[in-house]
Amino acid sequence: MIELFRRTQNPWGQDVLIGVSWDLMWTAIVLAAVFLVGHAVWYRWRKFSEHAAATPAAVPAGVPERIQRHSLAARLFHWTMSASMLALLFSAFVPIMDLDFAGWLTIHWIAGVVLIATIVYHIIHAIGWMDFWSMMSVGPKFFKEGFQTVRHVLSSKAPEPEKAGKYPFDHRMYHHAIVVVSLSAVVTGVLMMMRVDTPFFTRNTYLLSDSMTGLVFAIHGFAGVSLILLIASHIYFALRPEKRWITWSMVRGWIDREHYAEHFDPAKWVVTGDREAGGALADSSVSAPLEDE
Amino acid sequence: MATIKDMIPPFDLVQPTSVDDAVALLREHGANAWVLAGGLDTFDWLKDRIKRPGVVVDIGGIQELHGIRDAQGGLEIGAMATLTEVINHQRVRSEYSLLANAADHVATPQIRNQGTLGGNVSQDTRCWYYRSGWPCYRAGGNTCYASAPVAMNREHAIMGTSRCVAVNPSDTAPALIALDAKMVVQSPRRRTVDAEDYFIGPTTDITRMTILKPGDLLTQIHIPATWANSSFYYEKVRDRGSWDFQLVSVAAAFRMSGSTIEEARIAVNGVAPYPVRLEGVERLVRGTNGDEATQVAAGDLAIAGARALARNDFKIPMMRNLVRRAVRSVA
Repeated sequence: MIELFRRTQNPWGQDVLIGVSWDLMWTAIVLAAVFLVGHAVWYRWRKFSEHAAATPAAVPAGVPERIQRHSLAARLFHWTMSASMLALLFSAFVPIMDLDFAGWLTIHWIAGVVLIATIVYHIIHAIGWMDFWSMMSVGPKFFKEGFQTVRHVLSSKAPEPEKAGKYPFDHRMYHHAIVVVSLSAVVTGVLMMMRVDTPFFTRNTYLLSDSMTGLVFAIHGFAGVSLILLIASHIYFALRPEKRWITWSMVRGWIDREHYAEHFDPAKWVVTGDREAGGALADSSVSAPLEDE
Repeated sequence: MATIKDMIPPFDLVQPTSVDDAVALLREHGANAWVLAGGLDTFDWLKDRIKRPGVVVDIGGIQELHGIRDAQGGLEIGAMATLTEVINHQRVRSEYSLLANAADHVATPQIRNQGTLGGNVSQDTRCWYYRSGWPCYRAGGNTCYASAPVAMNREHAIMGTSRCVAVNPSDTAPALIALDAKMVVQSPRRRTVDAEDYFIGPTTDITRMTILKPGDLLTQIHIPATWANSSFYYEKVRDRGSWDFQLVSVAAAFRMSGSTIEEARIAVNGVAPYPVRLEGVERLVRGTNGDEATQVAAGDLAIAGARALARNDFKIPMMRNLVRRAVRSVA
């Protein structure tokens, strides 16, 4: 039987929570593996790739060959955050796997500080310079698109969902999930950092009561094991052949015109720019209409 | 809270007669197994009911773990060799007197008759919060009670801490590090590690003091010929001269060329969760004659980065002075 929590008795004989059970780490790893293998088998069975190839999309007039999807600033954020996330997961779970790893805690909190810095940077950048609401808005159209997407996934007879704006439903769902989970990890992580020696705080293991400390550790633990699932699935989809074009856009910054036409609704993600000879990078900075306005 | 009771909770006692059998048993029972050597650390834990193993593996009947033998110019000491055997061994006394001296500082004659060298280096910390059953980091919890501002932490660490501030209690550990000893661990693969790497701190695993994991067994300690007949210095400061754990101890080996220190190995214990080898100090004294300026510099360098808890600031000058005195011994 999998246990959810680790509990103990404090010096006063009270039963207190001290964190999540490490069984959850193994459960998350197994679930991630099952999901990845299951999805790969299911995808092959549904023959999505053949379906996609059978419906070439018409390229709208006036769209340049290369369409900028992620600015350099956004890409730098993404890869820095990725490195810090992987360092956090590695330094968190490798010691629990009973592998000796000297200095894991120092690596963990430094990676945490990097993550916090990238999140602060991302929030400022997203509010000031990115299509903030096309990612963050949640309204009737969002749920409609979600319903269509889920129905299409579950039934081969269901029609294709409407084409998306710059951020499709699955991307936005993933973003919302990672926001909740990573912010939970960050807030609890800062409270845990106050319990160890860092240049930022004078160590204080008695900042919170026993029960509150246990709750903080438990939330941090749940966030950590959730991140195993989220990051494993993210990497899996990024590596899948039919998704690599969008993965490459996080490296190169742009997608090509054909993928734009195939996957996005020009009315929701408005692209403008010159059609320079040789396919100069287009300026796609004009904001799409807010989907839920 | 710890409650001293008359009866030790029941467990299965197994008494293998070979290392292979012992390792197989330890691997079979994993974290539920407990290695019983001299029993001096073990029975405290069991009687206090803080540790409750289901299986106790008594390795006293394994002949290959006993005795002290000549090997490759040095010595091969079985993990079950008693401290008294180590102290009285002719070659240990004549060529490796540092180890004999350190072992002679362990507890009392009765305890040295029963206690083993393997047990002395593998024993758990004496932090009383931990040993009293408090749910601290080392016990798998998420608090260090010994580092609280009002905690009784006079005997605790001044360096090398990470959440846990307990210290390694072994008297022989720094001597073995100074002698460049090698620890042989069977699991079932046989591996040999330097003595200084045998001990781990909380940055590696907060619940262990050595590299030994469930299923591992320390079988031998090799003392190489390298440092035989060197100039040695050992000093242990403790509250009671008759019988006590160290507050701070220092063990040093110097290879001299005339009045010049050609090579040195220096280790201290009682200041960190693991015995600390002072490689910086070793480099500092190399090529000198250990004069007063070197002694002062060595002491100051030794305590670089040390940070006292609420009640153990005296350990910093104590460590500095012990290192000075070690260097002074060859001046």
